[in-house]
Amino acid sequence: MTDMTEKPAGAGGAGEVKEAKKIRLPETEEGTVVFNIDPLIVKDHYEIDYIHSYAQDSPFFIGLASGKLLGSKCPECGYAYATPRGHCMVCGAKTEWVELPKEGRIHTWTTCYFGSEAFLKETPFTLILVEFDGFDTLFLARLVGVEPSQAQIGTRVKAQFLRNSKFKPTDVYFVPA
Amino acid sequence: MPKGFRDVYFVSGGITRFKKAQPDKDFRYMVKEAFDYAMADVPNLTVDRIDGSVASYFSDHFTRQLMAGIMVQDYLGLCPKPGRRIESGGATGGMCFQSAWEAVASGRMDVCVAFGFETMSRVNTWKGNEFIALASDTNFDYPVGGFYTGYYAMMVRRHMHEFGTTVEQMARVSVKNHGNALHNPYSQYPMKLTVEDVRRSEMVSDPLTRLDVCVMSDGAACCVLASEEMAAKLTDRPVKVTGVGTGTDTMRLADRPHGDVILLPHERPEDYKGLKYPGVHSFRGGRMAAKTAYEMAGVTNPLEEVDFVELHDAFTSSEIQTYEDLGLCRYGEGGPFVEAGHADIGGKVPVNPSGGLLACGHPVGATGLMQAVFALWQLQGTIGKHFGNDRLQIPRARRGLIHSHAGTGTYITVSVLERGF
Repeated sequence: MTDMTEKPAGAGGAGEVKEAKKIRLPETEEGTVVFNIDPLIVKDHYEIDYIHSYAQDSPFFIGLASGKLLGSKCPECGYAYATPRGHCMVCGAKTEWVELPKEGRIHTWTTCYFGSEAFLKETPFTLILVEFDGFDTLFLARLVGVEPSQAQIGTRVKAQFLRNSKFKPTDVYFVPA
Repeated sequence: MPKGFRDVYFVSGGITRFKKAQPDKDFRYMVKEAFDYAMADVPNLTVDRIDGSVASYFSDHFTRQLMAGIMVQDYLGLCPKPGRRIESGGATGGMCFQSAWEAVASGRMDVCVAFGFETMSRVNTWKGNEFIALASDTNFDYPVGGFYTGYYAMMVRRHMHEFGTTVEQMARVSVKNHGNALHNPYSQYPMKLTVEDVRRSEMVSDPLTRLDVCVMSDGAACCVLASEEMAAKLTDRPVKVTGVGTGTDTMRLADRPHGDVILLPHERPEDYKGLKYPGVHSFRGGRMAAKTAYEMAGVTNPLEEVDFVELHDAFTSSEIQTYEDLGLCRYGEGGPFVEAGHADIGGKVPVNPSGGLLACGHPVGATGLMQAVFALWQLQGTIGKHFGNDRLQIPRARRGLIHSHAGTGTYITVSVLERGF
């Protein structure tokens, strides 16, 4: 503990003779990682855990755990979303949950040989946007089982699910149908 | 001008040279440098004549300092004048420019300073890519492998499929922009390249190689906008802001509609029979921004009526896609457009004569303002003065266009600038 309650020197009563006690913060063994001097560049660590609610998107993630790929459909205008959204972007009505077909086609693709730090160790990986019959919008996923840079637009692909759900969109991935 | 708005003039600007890292100056000092440059160019402008400011920076993750905008306002000695911060991803700089335009056009201010910066060297490149990828839906997109080069790669893959665009045409953009930058002392990576060099460089996200992609930078830029009356007191080379347009699109690429093209006056519906638009191959927000700005500026055929363009070429592919959004050519003709040399200096409409983001760097909050400053100097005819050589000066440039673009086309601004003398 820092000795903050100690009376500072000279704060005693009149005429009191007391040896002055130095006020000091206790020193610690912690150090700072220094990358450079002048300009002084140091390591500044920062991390945080969020309490993240999937809120109105929750049923999608819960569905993945039971092998269901859910999209949404507008009961008013009929617009069908392969990536679900709570309200229709066309007419504003609240959407309803619908199950997507298990098979779709590659609308576009890329193989990432680099990536964000969080995914760098997974490179190379292939991303695809999947189109489904009867749906107006697409779905982003990983394609597995095709060599890097060998995917093709139009190829039929089918959804597979992780057995141990992580409640992430990567609980579903696609393989050639 | 729209009813009730005043004419707005762009009178001065300043830029720091963008660098991979600038650890000897923090964001405040970098903006101060750009600000002092802009002030020195219009000696009649004193700080007491500035009515307020708009701050532009993209990411609180990079700064790890909330309210960094007020710290710049404070450092520049502009307190207690009004100020605010604008944020709209990669388009933050362009949006800041338009926000400052609004401040003057509305009559709220006679002189407004738009300043912007980014300090991206504060984390390693791959962590930086992670920060940028957080500008994608964090429920559905980011966790799948959030990486912006990957998103743009998917977009241009579809462009290639729809229109036959080639990787060599994309490489041609890189060759042009890095080559232009050889004469721009502000550029981060001037390079003499060949199409083969671009294709041989490391693959990042198929089909985009390292030389198809811009880099991260530290840097700042500053623009001074003024009313007609104040502009007349400050400079004999004012540039008028004659068109301002903004557009948006869905955050998720997956949600982009497949409908009809938003047509410009020189286009017809039969030009695009059977084309589903925008899909993921085109930027609807860019078309919307261009259409609005052209209507305001009275531009009916941009290829004939615009003398140069500084556009957001974070990727070679997006430069090609943007030619089309801006109506410099029809949708699908962007590849052949660059291949034919139409976007070269000396071509039909020089695009990114400065070198663009690919060669100058992309310190996000500063980028859109950097483009504005380059455009100002082109229209003033002062490239030689500011660059130390006039190799990049577009002769008799009277009207220029600046274009700023955020993540996969979510926010896009287009502003039209014209010689006002």
